Amino acid sequence: MDDVKDVILKYVIEEYGDEDHVITNETPLISGGLVDSFSMVSLKRFLEVKYKISIPDEDASPEAFDSVNKIADLVKRFIS
Amino acid sequence: MSYSEHTRGIYQQQLNDIHEAGLFKQERFIHSPQAADIEVEFPSGADLKKVINVCANNYLGLSSHPEVVKAAHEGLDTRGYGMSSVRFICGTQDIHRELEKVVTDFLGTEDTILFPSCMDANAGVFEAILNKDDIMISDRLVHASIVDGMRLCNAEHDTYKHGDMEHLEKKLQQFQDKRLRVIINDGVYSMDGDTAKLDEVVRLAEAYDALVFVDDSHASGFIGKTGLGTHEKCGVVGKMDIITTTFGKALGGASGGCVSGRKEIVEMCRQRARPYLFSNAMAPVIISGVLKAFEILKRSTELRDKLEENAHYWRRGLTEAGFILKKGDTPIVPVMLFNAKLSQDFSRDLYGEGIYAIGFFFPVVAKGQARIRTQLSAGHEKHHLDKALEAFIKIGKKYQILGKSEEEIIAMYGL
Repeated sequence: MDDVKDVILKYVIEEYGDEDHVITNETPLISGGLVDSFSMVSLKRFLEVKYKISIPDEDASPEAFDSVNKIADLVKRFIS
Repeated sequence: MSYSEHTRGIYQQQLNDIHEAGLFKQERFIHSPQAADIEVEFPSGADLKKVINVCANNYLGLSSHPEVVKAAHEGLDTRGYGMSSVRFICGTQDIHRELEKVVTDFLGTEDTILFPSCMDANAGVFEAILNKDDIMISDRLVHASIVDGMRLCNAEHDTYKHGDMEHLEKKLQQFQDKRLRVIINDGVYSMDGDTAKLDEVVRLAEAYDALVFVDDSHASGFIGKTGLGTHEKCGVVGKMDIITTTFGKALGGASGGCVSGRKEIVEMCRQRARPYLFSNAMAPVIISGVLKAFEILKRSTELRDKLEENAHYWRRGLTEAGFILKKGDTPIVPVMLFNAKLSQDFSRDLYGEGIYAIGFFFPVVAKGQARIRTQLSAGHEKHHLDKALEAFIKIGKKYQILGKSEEEIIAMYGL
């Protein structure tokens, strides 16, 4: 399932990366100020379309979306 | 007592946390009218100090302009002090509607509705005109009031990278299934001083059937050849669907704001925008002052021309001295220091030299992007700018940052 991390990391780098910010699987995204809560919504939408899952709003907390590792853990919970 | 020690302790702890994080904001008491020269009590209880203000939004120097003050007095005499009503009950005077027409003509739109502030305009407009079938696509650096307004609206929202038109186009393609698409920008970004590429935004909006929203609070009155705003600078007057702006900056600096744009959208705000429906009408004294401010602007471009000259002079002086500035051609000139503590120390030392300018750091700006934000005014004379430059250079030498690169400053002070 490591490819989930790769997919998420690629998306996050494309969406939020720039020359000033190197993003890794551990980079704090929201608490680090790289991703705002609006953009989190589009990330959630991307994951739901990509993996054909539905992530309830109560699970889509800023904490759960704070790094690629955490997002991958969340996604894996919903992939049957 | 409902306000128990337990409750008090919760707030005291939160305030302590703000203090410890170095984020506690302290007001400085100004004992004079807003102008280039002001008298300030800071810290509280200290003797008054005469300083040059380079951090006000008083772009055109109209905040204490004698004609504006006189007009406000006359408004007070002829229309009274307060309206004691929201607009649609009994809070609309002839001068409210007059100002709405003046703003419409000035901005080149179809109609205008006044709000108590631009914060209120931004808080009310999205909820009034969009629903859950729509998408708001905002630049990632839009003002906090827009962010709050979008939060109050149940339309879906997404962001695009600051000023990145390719990214915006991708988002527009992605959301073609939506009923309405709105592209949301600031005209001038207040922390960086750069401007939206409204010509390119309009091109994309036309290609992908989207509305264009711009908050021109840091532009109305002085950006563009005749000061209409960012849409004039970009050659797209008449193509803005929604402009929000404030009267609390260049246009007299008191308060009040508006939504100006397509007549149906403005009418929807009149019917549904909650800050319009549930907050008092703008006071007549302010309306009268704003009307005079527009009259002054229509008379000549002298003030915005002087502001432009001042901004060029200031930018050139700081650049030649070896400071790193954010690129741009607006009267917002951020002097980059990168390190948060350095920005605070620098601001404090400037104050010691009689220059009032504030240091900004995370979370107001991105981490490692701390700066002194300077703002020029048509109220500044050359001697103000020369004295301020002298102080900046003196403090710059003290911290040994003149002529240094970003990497060198970060190496010296950290991020």
